[in-house]
Amino acid sequence: MNDFLLIFRRDESIENKFTPEQLKEATKPWQDWMGSLAAQNKLADRGNRLDFDGRVIKPGAVVTNGPYVEVKEVIGGYTVIRAASLEEAAEIAKGCPILNANGSVEVRQIVQMAM
Amino acid sequence: MKNNQILPHLYRTEYRKIIAVLARLFGFEHIQVAEDIASDTFLLASETWADGKIPVNPAAWLYTVAKNKAKDYLKHNTVFDQKVSLHLRAETTYAELDIDLSDANINDSQLQMMFAICQPAIPAEAQVGLALRILCGFGIDEIADAFLSNKETINKRLFRAKEKLREQQVKIEFPDNQEINKRLETVLLTLYLLFNEGYYSTSGNTNMRKDLCLEAMRLNYLLIENRATDLPQVNALFSLMCFHASRFEARIDKNGEIIIYDEQDSSLWNDELISRGTHYLIRAAKGNQLTRYHLEAAIAYWHTQKADSAEKWKNVLQLYNKLLILEYSPMAALNRTYALAKAEGKVQAIIEAEKLTQLTDSHLYHSLLGYLYRDIDHEKALQHLQTALKLAKTSQEKNQIKRNIKDLDAT
Repeated sequence: MNDFLLIFRRDESIENKFTPEQLKEATKPWQDWMGSLAAQNKLADRGNRLDFDGRVIKPGAVVTNGPYVEVKEVIGGYTVIRAASLEEAAEIAKGCPILNANGSVEVRQIVQMAM
Repeated sequence: MKNNQILPHLYRTEYRKIIAVLARLFGFEHIQVAEDIASDTFLLASETWADGKIPVNPAAWLYTVAKNKAKDYLKHNTVFDQKVSLHLRAETTYAELDIDLSDANINDSQLQMMFAICQPAIPAEAQVGLALRILCGFGIDEIADAFLSNKETINKRLFRAKEKLREQQVKIEFPDNQEINKRLETVLLTLYLLFNEGYYSTSGNTNMRKDLCLEAMRLNYLLIENRATDLPQVNALFSLMCFHASRFEARIDKNGEIIIYDEQDSSLWNDELISRGTHYLIRAAKGNQLTRYHLEAAIAYWHTQKADSAEKWKNVLQLYNKLLILEYSPMAALNRTYALAKAEGKVQAIIEAEKLTQLTDSHLYHSLLGYLYRDIDHEKALQHLQTALKLAKTSQEKNQIKRNIKDLDAT
């Protein structure tokens, strides 16, 4: 088993318009999906959501405000899962609720750093 | 109470108090001396009271004897004297040495002893064993019975654990305020395991199982009564224990066999414990830390509602999701799948159950699939129940599965 980082991207501007009730309703598919992964003992780290606001630091200490490129490509959160292969990890990512909200998931294997 | 019952009863209630107070006085490294003095005190009681001459206040008699034995020990053991005198105030003479067996000091000593024993340095089952011996006054044979083990194994396990704690120079004292949350984690886990040992034990001794649960609750309650440890997670664990204990009478039949939840007579559920559980769950709802005890107590709360409702199972499912996201356990994975079947139907639950490939060597997993396939695919249901029967170990488990197969054939 290896650890894989799932990076969630979506159009963050949509969520800002949610009422608290809608937001609560929107978290249920996430709880179900993560609960299912956790029941298979494949959730390594539930991860976190990221705030919309951010800063990008470039060479020469140039600081720009995030988000970057296009609003719908903003990283909204991340999770770490356990899977036997990149293929299995990608298969798991297909169940992610963000895909129903026009978002995307990037799957990357975590490589242990030699210290 | 009959004369021949008084001593065993006092042993259970007083032995632990004498040990906690003496060990606190002498320091953990001399806990064996405290245990010996406590044991000698009870030996003398059994000899002195043998002909029915039981003192008016037997507990006070025991305290006096234990105090005198402790003072004698200090007087006559010079090696011990030199080491222990460091612990004792220098100006104290043995004659005026105050061995304080007041309720307040007993509670304090027991609380501090709880923190001393519950150390990550020793294995969890050794912590539970030491808690039973030192905090609950259980005999070695009773502990062996609870662990389905034998006296030699338990003796060795406790001896090694005490050695380890001595090496670690464990102190019998209250942790600092900054440390208390971290240290409480270990204490609560030990109490949780102690309770579960009683609740889920397959030992045939029903009374002993109940005693384990009550002892875990008593120690948990000591933490609630103490202001520094009266924290949300402590209340949540107590609430969980109350809810579970409310079904004690309903879940064990007269032969000591477990009656499963669906088949329990809910009129035997203890309403008082259910309302106490609710009270402490409300007290637990403070702060911003959601622990597994909060989630498990909330699940246990829903199980006190006998009637099946969509609301009940939707809530239980989400609680199991949260519990699993916090910490994986095979039981939670199976229970989540059961809740899913109740909340969203068996078809959906079968899809999820078949993903739990890590559990295929568990009889509980196949029992669950046997239940899920019932009324959907008779052949598969039967296959899973038969696999479960092969994997089951105890006769109690086998009997339950055989009943399920019989039920299935009747449909």
